[in-house]
Amino acid sequence: MRDHITLQVARYRPEQESEITFDEHEVPCPKDWVVLDGLNHIKDHVDGTLSYRWSCRMGICGSCGMTVNGEPKLTCATFLADYAPGPVRVEPLRNFPVIRDLIVDIDDFMRKLARVKPWIVRQAEKPLAEGEYLQTPDELDEYKQFSMCINCMLCYAACPIYGLDPKFIGPAVIALAQRYNYDSRDEGSADRMTVLSEHEGIWGCTFVGECTKVCPKHVDPAGAIQRYKLTAALDSMKSFFLPRGA
Amino acid sequence: MAGSHVYTDYHPRWLRRQVSTYWWLEKRDYFAFILREATCLFVGWFVAYLLLMVKAVVGGVGSYQPFLDWSATPWVLTLNVVSFLFMIYHAITFFVAAPQAMVVHVGRRRVPGNLVLAGHYVAWAAVSVIVSWLLLGA
Amino acid sequence: MIKRHPEPLLWMLFSAGGVMSAMFMPILLLLFGVAFPLGWLAAPSHERMLLVLGNPLVGLVLFGLCALSLFHWAHRFRHTLYDGLQIKHLNEVIAVLTYGAAIVGSVAAAYLLWQIP
Repeated sequence: MRDHITLQVARYRPEQESEITFDEHEVPCPKDWVVLDGLNHIKDHVDGTLSYRWSCRMGICGSCGMTVNGEPKLTCATFLADYAPGPVRVEPLRNFPVIRDLIVDIDDFMRKLARVKPWIVRQAEKPLAEGEYLQTPDELDEYKQFSMCINCMLCYAACPIYGLDPKFIGPAVIALAQRYNYDSRDEGSADRMTVLSEHEGIWGCTFVGECTKVCPKHVDPAGAIQRYKLTAALDSMKSFFLPRGA
Repeated sequence: MAGSHVYTDYHPRWLRRQVSTYWWLEKRDYFAFILREATCLFVGWFVAYLLLMVKAVVGGVGSYQPFLDWSATPWVLTLNVVSFLFMIYHAITFFVAAPQAMVVHVGRRRVPGNLVLAGHYVAWAAVSVIVSWLLLGA
Repeated sequence: MIKRHPEPLLWMLFSAGGVMSAMFMPILLLLFGVAFPLGWLAAPSHERMLLVLGNPLVGLVLFGLCALSLFHWAHRFRHTLYDGLQIKHLNEVIAVLTYGAAIVGSVAAAYLLWQIP
């Protein structure tokens, strides 16, 4: 097995150029090295100007999402050896504006996330003296899968609908809304429905299913969206035939 | 907060990459998705075909037999064979999607996804048997 | 206040149409589109067809199949044009043409099935 592999790294220097260019580097490729290790090697030993985001290097912070050979991946969880003999093409995450090199702007997601109130909403908070909100293991299982989201944005990069229509609220936001909708302690479903029932809420989704395929935490956002379509559709029928919350 | 949203701040130096009109040719999964969506064309065609058949039946034996002959001509036959293949693809992709879209609870327990899927296939088989028996049997 | 738009209803019709077409069309297509024309099986006689189609339950199911499948086609086709070919500027025109055709087709189906003695 070769001990080096070629990394083709996308560069975007907005002060100097208006298009992406590619730098090629040979990096060591021990069998436990991931793409992130390769990028760190380049930055530490070859070209310190390369810019990219990373943090935990263990697949829980969601910072290091990039496009590797055309697929959205967490670079800390993608082994170089799997791409031997290479080359490995590393580009910024798709469907987001590129700020510099491999760094994309994700403010759109942050704004959309805030709109669905991703926290426990209560009509009235219990006083502290009454103790915690209790929850059984079964109740936990109802939403646990959706709570695994690490906001890595791979699903947005994979979703062709988001690429074509950036107004679409997107997979992770809906999955996170569902995480709270299905939480037995939460009372905020109605608030979230206002946002999710918009034309570019859940109704933009055509169930391509790519989001679920690329999700590194097995959240299944596509499932969350389709389940909510039924909920929202039934609610819409109910409010049409029985207005005033009968 | 309804109304149009500002989806990204305007920044003159950020690079915004356009999605190609042929995005669906770039990945095998995207192509399979478009193929699945294309099955709707054949669903539409078959509704037309069914209605033409009903019209032929209503018109009496004199129009029913010519309809059967027409349905055996090469173009119509080929179209229907292709439609049949797309219809199978539609059925399978639709049923496989059902467990993801529909989480069924019996009491407090979740019905496993495999069971939901199996239920669809059983129903499919039952419908096919009943329709065949209506048209051919007894 | 949720701004009203017809997507939820159209999606439900699409789903119902998807289920109906997935369940009924393969066998019908196999028989009427392939097996009978190729002579693999003898086509039902005209008498039998009248008998089967004349049954009110059959008529109802067939109408449901045709109408819902047409809405299934309309919804999916509209979205595919919107996403696949990105013809967004014609969105209203496409919506009218597709759902309009589905409505016309459903009326035609009802009319034809009503004619069976």
